[in-house]
Amino acid sequence: MWDYSEKVMDHYRNPRNVGSIENADAIGVAGSLTCGDQLKIYLKIENNIVTDAKFQTFGCGSAVASSSILTEMIIGKTVDEVRKITNKDIADELGGLPPEKMHCSVMGYEALEDALKNFNKDEYVDLDEILDEHYKTEKKEKIVCTCFQITENAIWDAIKQNGLKTVEEVTNYTKAGGACGKCKSVIQDIIDTYYNKQQSEIDKLTPTQWILKVNNVIETQISPELQKDGGDIELVDIKNKSIYVKLKGRCSGCKNSTMTLKNFAEKVLQDSLGTDITLIEVK
Amino acid sequence: MTNKLIYLDNNATTKVDERVLEEMMPFFKDEYANPSSMYDFSRKSSNAIKEARVKIRDFVNAQDEKEIIFTSCGSESANTAIRGVLNYNKTKKHIITSKVEHPCVLNLYHALEKQGYRVDYIGVNSNGELDLEELAEAVCEDTALVSIMWANNETGVINPIGKISEIVKSKNKDTKLFVDAVQVAGKIPIDVQANGVDLLGISGHKFHAPKGVGALYVNSKTMITPLIIGGHQERGKRAGTENTPYIVGIGKAAELAQEYLNYEVTEIKRLRDKLESNILSKIYNARLNTGIANRVPNTTNIGFEYIEGELILLHLSDLGICASSGSACTSGSLEPSHVLRAMNVPFTAIHGSIRWSLSRYTTEDEIDYVIDKLPSIIEKVTSISPYQKELQALKELRKK
Repeated sequence: MWDYSEKVMDHYRNPRNVGSIENADAIGVAGSLTCGDQLKIYLKIENNIVTDAKFQTFGCGSAVASSSILTEMIIGKTVDEVRKITNKDIADELGGLPPEKMHCSVMGYEALEDALKNFNKDEYVDLDEILDEHYKTEKKEKIVCTCFQITENAIWDAIKQNGLKTVEEVTNYTKAGGACGKCKSVIQDIIDTYYNKQQSEIDKLTPTQWILKVNNVIETQISPELQKDGGDIELVDIKNKSIYVKLKGRCSGCKNSTMTLKNFAEKVLQDSLGTDITLIEVK
Repeated sequence: MTNKLIYLDNNATTKVDERVLEEMMPFFKDEYANPSSMYDFSRKSSNAIKEARVKIRDFVNAQDEKEIIFTSCGSESANTAIRGVLNYNKTKKHIITSKVEHPCVLNLYHALEKQGYRVDYIGVNSNGELDLEELAEAVCEDTALVSIMWANNETGVINPIGKISEIVKSKNKDTKLFVDAVQVAGKIPIDVQANGVDLLGISGHKFHAPKGVGALYVNSKTMITPLIIGGHQERGKRAGTENTPYIVGIGKAAELAQEYLNYEVTEIKRLRDKLESNILSKIYNARLNTGIANRVPNTTNIGFEYIEGELILLHLSDLGICASSGSACTSGSLEPSHVLRAMNVPFTAIHGSIRWSLSRYTTEDEIDYVIDKLPSIIEKVTSISPYQKELQALKELRKK
């Protein structure tokens, strides 16, 4: 018996927004009958805002719940906001999924990605996306897991979005390797490549791109946390892998500031940009 | 959700019969003596085990009760039999089994393949019936063991064991036949002598004894090397102090099962057929996965096309109805049932296949309740399927 959250149970018992939309502006499909689950998502988009969403799912309880909650999450949002939704967001919104069922949330993400792939992207540029694009053009739709027809791209995305580190985790999230298991060594290679690549791509960045990337991590991952406690952080200078910052607000002069800097801020930067990062406080 | 409990998963496990439990109780309390001891106090325990052994002998129609070994479960019975035969005569390296065996047997063969054994997995047709020609062709001089289940746990399809024995022995008289009889015990008569069986395994909890006890029949002409080595118990074939209460339990359960055999082929079969025919007539996207194959009387396996089994089970569970599915999602293994795949059940139905298995405790009211509730559950699950066009076409087709 799966340990489903109340929210998952509520959504498979009473799925929201079931059905199709005639003259939908975008339709996305993920999964297949052979694989045992499929999701079709229909979107109505007006002035770049998702005004309606409907779904049809062939799949288990958590697949239906993931699809159902996804439609609730996207109605009323702009296309750009919707583009940023990851499988992790879907799982989180459901109050979590059993590890073996994470692939259901991935299916939601994939259907959404499929629906929006033909929509023109706006000016928003994420460096991560550039890295991804670079990688994707290299190895487009190469199928890794022949049992479930899982592409290298799908595995790459799952690793990136969920920070997956082991083959077992990749199987839980994408199903790849879950049947005959012959592709497990390839999956391990992709995991290794991902973590090495992350490093080498960073090394290839121009100084400006590097600054933007560091700043992006500080602004999106570190600063909001410090603001919660009435403090903040500001990027002062970057000399190669040494990052100089200034603590502001309550953080400046706080006797725990060294801990904040080393145990939190530096760790976040190292997770995103490599373990050789040093964070230095400028008073 | 509900206090109701309608248990239609008796191929997974069964309710312990009150009479079995009652018979076991003294051996949990006052009669705790080690049956091997020398004093009078142990007489009741050792006699109780003797009686249980005779009951199992009669249950499978063995010639001698010395041919019965008590084990802890069906998996242990299978492991003892298979490894026992292979280890006794290590010169022969070929094994034949079927593609639809229980995982406890299949996974053991996968492990043995890694140790250098050659294993042939015989296929089944779309009804789940074994390909006897393929079997006959596979037997050779080097074949140490043929291992075939008497009935399949997922489909209930019965294999013609007598005929299989004839085929095997006519090709190689030294080849041993092990039969996993876990799914026939208490459902159809078992006669090891009439069917030419060398080794046969059963599990108590599938016929109203508790979990944790099984038995293995090894005929007097078959030698095995024991799996568990230690004391002299079970004539040296399975060491370890006898689990007296559970052995008493499986003995009593076998005795009762024998009495219920007639009820099984009449009443339980009637209820199974009622459930089956109503589902098939009321639900247009239902299909019987076993066709006209000969089955045990309590089991039916029905596929619901273009929908997924776990979701059906979750909705059934909300109404207190317990069944099981060959769907990948329920097992966590990601792959649908190896049995249904070996039968080439179409992908449209394999993920939505549900196994219903009845027992002597199943009532007509319960079957009527399922017949009443199931169509709306299937309707609900079908309504969210992305395959509406295909479903519509199927509906039209079934109307004709």
